[in-house]
This record gives sequence, structure tokens and C-alpha cells, in this order.
Amino acid sequence: MPDILLDVRNLKIGATVYPPGEAPKDIEIVHGVSFQLEKGKVLGLIGESGAGKSTIGLSSMAYGRGGVRITGGEVFVNGRDILKAGAAGLRALRGREVTYVAQSAAAAFNPAKKIMEQVIETTLMHGLATRAEAEARAVALFGKLGLPNPQTFGDRYPHQVSGGQLQRAMTAMALCPEPDLVVFDEPTTALDVTTQIDVLAAIKEAIHATGVAALYITHDLAVVAQVSDDIMVLRHGKTVEYGTVSQIIETPKEDYTRALVSVHAIAHEEKPATAEPVLKVENVTARYKGTNFDVLKNVSVELHPGQTLAVVGESGSGKSTLARAITGLLPPSQGRITFAGRELSRELKDRKLDDLRELQMIYQMADVAMNPRHTVATIIGRPLEFYFGLKGDAKRKRVQELLDEIEMGRGFADRYPAELSGGQKQRVCIARALAAKPKLIICDEVTSALDPLVAAGILRLLLDLQKIEGVAYLFITHDLATVKSIADSIAVMYQGAVQRYGGKTDVLTPPYDDYTDLLLSSVPEMKLGWLEHVLAHRKMESAGN
Amino acid sequence: MHPILKLVTQRLALGLLLLLAASALIFIGVELLPGDVAQSILGQSATETALRNLREELGLNEPALTRYFKWLFAALQGDLGTALTNGQSISKAVGERLGNTLFLAFWAALFSVPLAIVLGLIAVRYRNRWPDKLISGITLSTISLPEFVAGYLLMYLFTVKIRLFSPISTIYSGMSLGEKLSAIALPVMVLVLVVLAHMMRMTRAAILNVMQSAYIETAELKGLRPFVIIARHAFPNAIAPVVNVVMLNLAYLVVGVVVVEVVFVYPGMGQYLVDHVTKRDLPVVQACGLIFAAVYIGLNILADVISILANPRLRHPK
Repeated sequence: MPDILLDVRNLKIGATVYPPGEAPKDIEIVHGVSFQLEKGKVLGLIGESGAGKSTIGLSSMAYGRGGVRITGGEVFVNGRDILKAGAAGLRALRGREVTYVAQSAAAAFNPAKKIMEQVIETTLMHGLATRAEAEARAVALFGKLGLPNPQTFGDRYPHQVSGGQLQRAMTAMALCPEPDLVVFDEPTTALDVTTQIDVLAAIKEAIHATGVAALYITHDLAVVAQVSDDIMVLRHGKTVEYGTVSQIIETPKEDYTRALVSVHAIAHEEKPATAEPVLKVENVTARYKGTNFDVLKNVSVELHPGQTLAVVGESGSGKSTLARAITGLLPPSQGRITFAGRELSRELKDRKLDDLRELQMIYQMADVAMNPRHTVATIIGRPLEFYFGLKGDAKRKRVQELLDEIEMGRGFADRYPAELSGGQKQRVCIARALAAKPKLIICDEVTSALDPLVAAGILRLLLDLQKIEGVAYLFITHDLATVKSIADSIAVMYQGAVQRYGGKTDVLTPPYDDYTDLLLSSVPEMKLGWLEHVLAHRKMESAGN
Repeated sequence: MHPILKLVTQRLALGLLLLLAASALIFIGVELLPGDVAQSILGQSATETALRNLREELGLNEPALTRYFKWLFAALQGDLGTALTNGQSISKAVGERLGNTLFLAFWAALFSVPLAIVLGLIAVRYRNRWPDKLISGITLSTISLPEFVAGYLLMYLFTVKIRLFSPISTIYSGMSLGEKLSAIALPVMVLVLVVLAHMMRMTRAAILNVMQSAYIETAELKGLRPFVIIARHAFPNAIAPVVNVVMLNLAYLVVGVVVVEVVFVYPGMGQYLVDHVTKRDLPVVQACGLIFAAVYIGLNILADVISILANPRLRHPK
């Protein structure tokens, strides 16, 4: 009989929701989930947002976030039912037997305290070691996790180190008290693809070296396939499929799992360049006011009507800055931007109404890009009124046409953003951009905050709309899988300069330069043993993370 | 230059500029009052000649701007002019009074600030439960009670019912510290009751705001005790707003305690100011205004500086 560490039986989790204009009501969000985890094994929990995967992960510490509470079932850790442990019993469990690694280490570290203080806090509080021993343990873990200068790393404050380093420090914090189980809650989701691979390798190595068991929560099946022994696929608070990694990846039984496995398979043929580009960026160099450092260095790209130029790179590579230069938010110090045959003024305030209308933007966070107090009809109607002076019935008719185009049909016009899902919000933002009848839409990481299947739906919609409206996209992303499915041409950016530029096929055909190779090879693949293979064959270390 | 040093220097420079503006406003305000110093001295029945002679003597015929700068430069050198009513140096009288006021304010602050913060922490620990409601209830009642009512109530309790303290809080230079403290016990109590609620509520609100942060969840998942989470993880991140309210209340303790001083016959600044307002002693009013402005601005700058120092991002730049 194997040594069972965590045994979850028929777990039910409820929450109180407050629908607008109605009385609060209790709903069930996890409907009887069961699983077991042996000592030293890793179980991947996977699903889209709202699947209940984080909630289930936190239940192994008997913790409910916000108004969430465990309403039924049993959770045994080391043979004890922790749901009956009481406050003192839970304090003895948390941070000692079970520890937690959050998605955003940047938010999960206390900004007012040094990293070392926070990493060894639990170890000291539970009396597991003396301060000197705990610090020695932490330094050893920093080294094991590949952090720079492990001896002095802990003396820094969280804001003084990078996101990838903090994520590793959080892993060190979780491992320091030598727990039996670590809950990893999307530990690499917020990181760049090139950083993710390093952190992933560090976590895998640390799990292996310490023999700790882990729950690994993520929405990315390709990532979880690299670190887990077993995988549980969740949807709407229920188990869809539960099995070993090879079984889930290679012979998925359920349709939903199959959809997750093949999510990146949108086929898109590269279109040939036409004679006259709609956007021409020539030798643009730019820097922020009061700095003496160029964030864009001599950037030149072209975009043809009805096509998509993907700008890829990790954070800080200058890809969003390029969008700011094109929209006039950051006037370039040198170079020229030609749009629809006319040269654009460098400053936003000097641009004509038509320049503004024909160049629209869609953002990563659809949530904050919409006024929460406006209905969908008001949001989409605003550009109609502003650019075309549409009013009353004419406006209403056009709003409905646009809603039909984004496949949202009837019944959405009078809703507020809060009543829409993440994907629907992004669709409304697309409709708002289209309402201006633009020639070019700048899409800034528009699918990064979405679940893979929802993101795929948005990409398909964008491609369909491109065929109908003939609009060009400047598509900014860090996700190379997205690039493959949508781009006609690609510009790879690194430290403010274009590293590689050309048609999709050319850019994605070897031989690569070192950076493009690093970027391409870092994209997790739905293959067992991919991580080890990549790490063994890399030409270049990722930059500074 | 270290960014902190730069920020602090900026704040200090701004404070001086603000003080200059305040001095101008005080001067203009006093100028706008009907009548002038000569009129006040000689009274309504003074003859034109007498008034003219006195104005000449006091230099009141010079342009306002000249008089303003004369007043300002004298004040900068510590000379606040002479009081009309008794012809004595204002600086000397104010020096003594200000000392008394600061003495009272110091002891009131020494008790109220730690008490308010501890009560705030306890209120957060038991938020929306009875200790929180009790603390909020008591502090809000005491702040709602007019100071003189609280003063007379305490006086009744501690001087009539229990003969513990003297109802008169007059202190003078010959007293020992113990005697002085015994004398000011009652006004200190009243002041503590008055300023407690603001600071407690702000501590509570600022910490509750921080309690929403992800790092508080981290602390909970570390299995820390609730009070440790509040005191060690939440409070250090709530210092800035708390310090601002504390400083506003300290400023109030220095410049706003007229009623308490009158009730307990305490020889402080407030009483001094009110006395001379009723006597239309404009130079004294002007001098007190300047000192109060300096105290307010000084304490607020101090609050800014502490807030800056409390921010690790500024203290330890990348």
C-alpha cells in the first residue's frame, strides 16, 4: 500500500455570490471532487478559470479565499482530517506540513520586509530550526533555485529583484520549513516564456531534490505535463478526467481534454505582401522623458492592408513601446511613421480626427478598458457617435450589427461589463474598435489574460473579421503559439531593437539567431520530456531573470 | 544624491515656502481688519492729532509691504514685537506659554498615540465583532462629547467624588515634574479622549485596507497568528496614512486646545491668544498666528518625511 499524503474525498466547496440587484445567494462551485496524492509525487490540476482548481488546491490547507468555504467532504493530510482541525490545528498545518506558492510572487511578498525575513519566518515560528540554521537552509535553497548571489539575495527587498527571481524566492519560502506538500498555484503564468522555462526547471529540480509532494495548478497543459506524475482535468468544479500524464497527453478520453491538448491548432496561411503598406515605421528611435536610454532603437517595420504583423518579445523588449510610438503617446525622437499614405504627426495632440479613427487599439485587460458603469450598447455606441455622429435608431442598428459580428447576438446590449465573461468583454472591446471603421487595430496582448480555449475563440474571431473588414492588425504578444496561428509577418524584438523581421515562414524557419532560438524553444510543448530536452540544447541563457 | 535626501529637501523647501505664504496671509488678514493698532491703543475717543502722532511713532504710515518685511525679518530673528496691552515683549510671553502648551501636548500625545494604535490593531483583529464595536463605540462617544463637558465631567469625578487631582491645572516654573504631571492629569485625559477616535479609526481603516493584499493571504497560509499578521505584516504597510492623521491630531493638541485650557485654567497658547483677541491686541494675534502656522506646517512636513522613510521603495532604491 503506497504512502498516501493527501486524500481528498468528495470535496464540496461553496461560496456566497452577490448578483447585482438581487439578494445574496449561496452557490456550489466544486461538486464532489476526490483524489489522492502519494508522498513525493506531483499532481497537476488543470482547467480554465472558474474550474475551481485554485479553490481545490487551497482546500488542502483548509483555506477558502474571500467568501469561499468548504461545505462537504473530507480532506486528510498525513491521515488527519484537517477540516476538523480547528484554528490552532490549522496554524500548525499551514506553513509546516503544507505550504503555498502563489501566482504573483510580486504581490505575495510583503513589500516592507526583506526577503530573508519572509523566507525563514515560518521555519522560525514553528520552531523548526534556529535562525542561523534557517538562514543557512534559505541560502542553500536560493542556490539550488539558481538565484544570483545566494549569500546576499535575502538582504534585498522584494521590489529590488525581478519577477522571475521573486517567483523562485517564493518557492524557496515554501520549501524552507521542509513541508510534506507544496501547493503551486500557477507559479509561472505571470512570467515571460523565456523566464518561465527557467523557473519551471528550478521548481522541478527542487521538487526532485527535496522529495516533497506537490499540487501543481495551471491552465497550461503543456506546462503541467513537464512536472507532474498525474493530471486531473477540471471543469465547472467537476473532474473531467484523472490519470497519469502520458495517458492524458497521449490518449485523452474526454472531448474537453482533447480540446485542451489541441488548443494551438489554428491554421493560418501567410498572405503575400501587397504593393502599398498601410503602416510604415521607418528608423524609429524613442526614449521616455527625463531618461537617457533609448527604449526603441532604430525600428523599421511594414504592415500591409488586411494582414497581421506580430510583434513578439519578452517584457521590456519594447513591443508595447512601439505601439505607444505609433499611437503618438510616446513621440519618437527620430524616424518616421507613415499611415494610410500620410505621415503621422509625432504627437498625439497634433493628429487629425481621421488618424485617430482609423487607428484603434484593443488592450490586454478588457476589464479596465471599459467603463464599468456603461452598458455594452453605450460602450460600442460611443465611437459611432464621436466619429460618425450616429444617434437614436441608426446608432442602435449599427450597435446590433457589430454585436452580431462578434457573435454576441441579442440580449447583450443592455448588460454591464461586470455581467460578461472575460472572453465576452474582449469581444466587446473588439466591437468598439471596429465601430470606428479602422484600417489598423493594434492588439496589445489581447489574449494573454484569457483561458486557452477562450483565447482561441478570440483569435478565430479576429481572423474572420480581418477577412470581412480588411483591417490590418499589429499584434503584440509574448506568446509564440498565438503568433503562429495569426501572423502574416513577424518582428522579434529584443532590448528595444528588431532582432529578426520578415514573413512568418521565413522568420520561423531555421537557421535562427540565438535570441529567436531561445524564444521559440521556450514555448512549452505538449510532449513528455520537453523541458529536459530544451534545457540540454539551448544556445543562450534568458536575459537577466 | 540619495532619492530620499532629495525628497526630504524638497519637502523642507516647500514647507518654508508655505510658511512664507501663511505669514503673508496672516499679515493681510490683520491689515484688513477695520481700524489699526493706533486706534486700538487710543480708543474710539482719540483725537486726530494724537492718532497721527502715534502712527508716526509706530511706523504705521509706511507702506504695508515695508511693514510686512520688517515684521517678517524681526520674527525671523526671534523678535515678535511688543504687546499693546502691557508693552511687554511678545517673544518672552509666547516662549513661556508655548513651553506650557508643548508640555501638555507632549504628555497627551505620549498616551494617546500608542493607545490609539493598539486599539486600532485590536479593532482589526476582532473586526465586526464585539471588541471592535466596543472600541469604536467608546472612542466615537468621547469624540462626540464637547471638550468642556468631558472636562467638567472628569473634574467632577476626580476632584469632587474622588479627591485625586486639583481642578486647577495652573503650572509655574518652581514646580517639580511630579507636581506638574499631577496638575495636568485632567486636561491630558480630556485631550486623549478627544484625539483618540480619529487616530484609532484611521489605524483601523488603513490596516483593513492593507488586509486585502495578497501578502496577507501569504501570511495566513504560513499559519501565523492573526495578531502577528496584523502587527508584523499589515501595520508596517499602513504607516503612511496613520502618521498623517497622528500629525494632524498633534497639531490640534498644540493649536486647538483653547477650551480645555480655559476650563482647567492652564496657562497655554490658546488662552493667551483668546485673551489678546478680545483686547484687540493685533501684534500678539499676528505672532500667535505665525507660530500656529509654523507648528502645523512643521508637523505635516514631519508626517511627509516619516511616510517617505516608511516606504521601502524609496529607502532602498533598485
